[in-house]
Amino acid sequence: MYDLTSIYRAASVADAIAALERDPQAVVIAGGSDVLIKIREGKLAGCRLVSIHGLDAELAGVKVQDSGDLDIGPLTTFHNVTFDPLIRTHVPVLGEAADMAGGPQLRAVGTIGGNVCNGVTSADTASTLMAFGAQMHVQGPDGWRVVPIDDWYKGVGKVDLRPAELLCRIVIPKANFEGWTGHYIKYAQRNAMDIATLGVSCLVKLSADKTVCEDVRLAFGVAAPTPIRSHTAEDGVRGLTVAQAAEQIGDLALQDINPRTSWRASKEFRVQLVKELSGRALLEAARKGGAQV
Amino acid sequence: MMEILHCTVNGKPVEVGYDLRESLLDTLRDRLGLTSVKRGCEVGECGACTVLVDGVAIDSCIYLTAWCEGKHILTVEGLQGENGELNPIQKAFIEEAAVQCGFCTPGIIMSAVEIVGSGKQYTREELRKLISGHLCRCTGYQNILNAVERAVDECHKIVGK
Ligand SMILES: Cc1cc2nc3c(=O)[nH]c(=O)nc-3n(C[C@H](O)[C@H](O)[C@H](O)COP(=O)(O)OP(=O)(O)OC[C@H]3O[C@@H](n4cnc5c(N)ncnc54)[C@H](O)[C@@H]3O)c2cc1C
Ligand code: FES
Ligand code: FES
Repeated sequence: MYDLTSIYRAASVADAIAALERDPQAVVIAGGSDVLIKIREGKLAGCRLVSIHGLDAELAGVKVQDSGDLDIGPLTTFHNVTFDPLIRTHVPVLGEAADMAGGPQLRAVGTIGGNVCNGVTSADTASTLMAFGAQMHVQGPDGWRVVPIDDWYKGVGKVDLRPAELLCRIVIPKANFEGWTGHYIKYAQRNAMDIATLGVSCLVKLSADKTVCEDVRLAFGVAAPTPIRSHTAEDGVRGLTVAQAAEQIGDLALQDINPRTSWRASKEFRVQLVKELSGRALLEAARKGGAQV
Repeated sequence: MMEILHCTVNGKPVEVGYDLRESLLDTLRDRLGLTSVKRGCEVGECGACTVLVDGVAIDSCIYLTAWCEGKHILTVEGLQGENGELNPIQKAFIEEAAVQCGFCTPGIIMSAVEIVGSGKQYTREELRKLISGHLCRCTGYQNILNAVERAVDECHKIVGK
């Protein structure tokens, strides 16, 4: 039995927001794979829950908007992100990243929204959403608000959600994925059921002849207290050949990162991983885009 | 905080009183006596509590019973034939000596039910990934993989006939 005080099962997004307005201390639960663990650990013992589980009609699924932007419902599970045909067509790297979380049973319940609302740096989809410049569409008592993912993370475990607000859409603008290919590397101690020691997501946009990186986006998990983009690395390799970019990107990224020592790995090891894996991720992203390297 | 849950468990309609704080694991084991559902880590790490909810394998220890209204739940108890005979997947586990202490077995069998139910064939590497949400402290996994592979093959033969 879980040590919780109450659970309100919302019938709709509006109902959930109203419930959260009545009880601002209540905790939102989606798939529960973070919240229930925290209750077990005692960190959320005695909490009151507002459940949005099952509000799939409003909050799950992926579609393309009229503008061409990709619109991902936050209640979409890791599994459904990975196997969604639109994700596979437009942002396959996001599906690959989602497929690296936990194991199959976890991916059947854990949601992409939960993964970015928990404010955790190791979240497997977060660095790729960062690289894609996702827009977080949030709904609350005062209506809708859009937060660029660059402004989303406010600190360890903290995101830009005000009282009674819910993340309701994750939107990737068309310009941010059209013509781009990407690769995510999760470095962990084992292939399944482990949290990333470091996560690197790299996107590239190649020249017509597939030799030059016209543009690059690079983001990390566990290289800082929250997921981060490395603008220094992106600016430094823009316009270089794929081989040159792969050579330099890791060293450039070091200027933007601030990893910590944890029981999983030392700061020094994480620095080494950033150096090594950034170039590998870039090469693989470029290969997916048709570069012969 | 008692409520009444209406759902289908192993093909039978069930009405059961439960506490809102219960996990599905608690309800299946302690109220319905379905002890194939094992209480292992209780934090989603080991897979011993795996059951199918509407055909999807989940860890019942991190799934609230409060979410199960109207759902179809399947546990190992629901796999036997009418006369108590074992299901082909269970038989494959015995044939391949994939069971030692047996604690992880029901959970893995439920994942195998999901795998077989997909109707697809998989490489050994793919199967390895599909059962990666289970821990086994005894077998070293090789015989388990053999069993899952065999189960997929045998069920395909049956369907193919
Ligand atoms: C065994 C195990 C292994 C795991 N392995 C990984 C892994 O490899 N990689 C990884 O990234 N994660 C992993 N996780 C963590 C977890 O599964 C993910 O973070 C998952 O995405 C959480 O989603 P959820 O829907 O289950 O979240 P919940 O627990 O329901 O919610 C998580 C947080 O987000 C908030 N929230 C959820 N949805 C919304 C919304 N729409 N609006 C506002 N707030 C919201 C909740 O209030 C809570 O604070 C693992 C967890 C377990 C138990
Ligand atoms: S008891 Fe549920 S995963 Fe271990
Ligand atoms: S047979 Fe003992 S844990 Fe798997």
